[in-house]
Amino acid sequence: MNAAAPQSAAPLVDVRDMTVRFIGRDLDVRVVNGVSFTLDRGSSLCILGESGSGKSVTMRALMRLFPPTAKLEGHVQVDGIDVLSLGDNQLRQIRGGLISMIFQEPMTALDPVFTIGQQIAETLVYHEGISYRAAHARALQLLELVQVPSAKRRLEAYPHELSGGLRQRAMIALALACKPKLLLADEPTTALDATVQIQILLLLRELQRELGMATIFVTHDLGVACEVADKIAVMYAGKFVETGTVEQVMDAPRHPYTQGLMNSTIHADMRGVTLDPIPGAPPDLTDLPAGCPFAPRCSSAREPCLTLPPELVPLDAGQAARCLQYDGASGFGQAPLLKVS
Amino acid sequence: MSTVPSPPGKRSTHMTSIPNEADPRDRGGPAQPLLIVEGLKKHFPIRGGLLGRPQAWVQAVDGVDLIVNKGETLGIVGESGCGKSTTARLLMHLMTPDSGEVIFDGDAVGAVRGLTVRDLRRQMQMVFQDSYSSLNPRMTIEDSIIFGLVAQGIASKEAKTRAASMLRMVGLTPDMFAQRYPHELSGGQRQRVNIARALTMSPRLLILDEAVSALDKSVEAQVLNLLQELKRKLELTYIFISHDLNVVQYISDRVLVMYLGKAVEIGPVDEIYRSPKHPYTRALLASRPSMDPRRRMEKPPLSGDPPNPINPPSGCRFRTRCPIAEGVCTDKVPALGSVLGLAAHPVACHAHHPGSGHSAAPAEGAVH
Repeated sequence: MNAAAPQSAAPLVDVRDMTVRFIGRDLDVRVVNGVSFTLDRGSSLCILGESGSGKSVTMRALMRLFPPTAKLEGHVQVDGIDVLSLGDNQLRQIRGGLISMIFQEPMTALDPVFTIGQQIAETLVYHEGISYRAAHARALQLLELVQVPSAKRRLEAYPHELSGGLRQRAMIALALACKPKLLLADEPTTALDATVQIQILLLLRELQRELGMATIFVTHDLGVACEVADKIAVMYAGKFVETGTVEQVMDAPRHPYTQGLMNSTIHADMRGVTLDPIPGAPPDLTDLPAGCPFAPRCSSAREPCLTLPPELVPLDAGQAARCLQYDGASGFGQAPLLKVS
Repeated sequence: MSTVPSPPGKRSTHMTSIPNEADPRDRGGPAQPLLIVEGLKKHFPIRGGLLGRPQAWVQAVDGVDLIVNKGETLGIVGESGCGKSTTARLLMHLMTPDSGEVIFDGDAVGAVRGLTVRDLRRQMQMVFQDSYSSLNPRMTIEDSIIFGLVAQGIASKEAKTRAASMLRMVGLTPDMFAQRYPHELSGGQRQRVNIARALTMSPRLLILDEAVSALDKSVEAQVLNLLQELKRKLELTYIFISHDLNVVQYISDRVLVMYLGKAVEIGPVDEIYRSPKHPYTRALLASRPSMDPRRRMEKPPLSGDPPNPINPPSGCRFRTRCPIAEGVCTDKVPALGSVLGLAAHPVACHAHHPGSGHSAAPAEGAVH
């Protein structure tokens, strides 16, 4: 599907048993509780989840974009590099070079006191060691690549002088400056208007195909995932609860949480239908239940769900779900249904 | 349908009647729209220079007409900066309009012998997007809820009883929640408190300005169910403002589409979504992601961002992004036409107005 990408056998990203804890004076929150996945070169993964599910933290872990209070454990490898063993200088090399990131709010991600051109050129000068003049010329090409109209004039503009859509395009140009192999996008279109959101999504999809990058999107919007993702990982309480291709997950979600999420999502022609939302609220990460963290909200929960933490069970054709109903050894089938409060 | 002979400051309209239960506050009868808005306008000055004189004007809302019928939900959609929130604030008189008339159930608001702003707010309430910043962090939930009641002269004991029943109504147990502070609640719970507070005065019209936009999908669905249930139980009328086209389609009876401070199209929800007339409405609806990975969009329906409302384009404000713009669109501002009537579906586009000079316009005298 990505013919332009040089295909090699090893996946670009290999994450195993990753945990992230935020430790403070009197708190110890496990935000990511054992996430494992691989991502092939040139393909795109969408991490879907509600606020507080740990999706942004999972993504930031790939370039260790954390405050010192965070503790990252497990195995994180990107393009053969063990990210956890890198020192500060080496980290600075891969950030923006090998891996780069675009954020939800371009106004806070861009520096307000430098022009767009200066910011792109600075990255190029640092990573590629070229002259400022050459970097400025490349910056112009990049703005044209991301389809900024009258790019030459926009190079001299400060972030506040641009509209939301143009600012997001400028941030994409900045992220692509050093031809990263992996692009991370944290809710890249959530702050944008509908007519602009679709432009940016299609631009990202096109650039990914052209440049052969792998991308990881984080979003809470099923529609966004449908437009850009090859694979989807649904996240709940710091774990992947369902993984599969976008078609598999959209056609036949297997985890009760994914099913609930789809029932709560309003799409066309639902007028007059009473919605069937997931009851309750996401769990408190400092006080997770012993068994399945979704059990207190799950309408198909049975007794073993309260004590046995479920594993990710492989189903047909690569789809997987972290639910005891697919685990024959759990005794789920024999136990009576629990009543959800 | 009977409307009393109109004294000054009163206005009635002719419409098909809708069934109505006897409500002592219902003055105009079932056929009288609950809200009529005409020529609503608000321009904000941008001051600068040595003397702080206005240098330019942001034309946030520029001549909006709308009606809200009793018992319906009017959805307002549009992109950021189109003036939908300013419209809501003008209706609530949180800001004073530069010009324009707001008529609530036949009574002109702020006019001599009309309705005072204080009376208006007893009947019209609002819920905002940010559930946290709309509650005072130093007041308990109960104190926040009874604040308005006490201000309107209700004894504190009676107010507390009402607050408790309102909390139960929105699905929160008073014993558990009344004495808590806003930071101890989740986003969904806080939004329920805001809804409870808005409903304590038993208003007839509730303005929901992006009230579910900041919530997670599963919580959003819970709150939407609650809003539908409350509307039935308390016979409310809603103005539902959102940028989420799917949610607006789900909840609204009629929809108003705004672009850069102007109303461009208004009509019944099914007509707007099935056969949108204005090129902007069409593009906006086509911009929704497909929800089907096998039928992905190939080309965005519109290019560019909405222009700046400080210096909007002349003529039709959408012409700079419009695929069918012609000379007449630069020269002449398209009028919306009459918004009265349940089935009215006016559109502010020269291509739909007979004799406008646009090549796609229907022939003069033709019914469209």
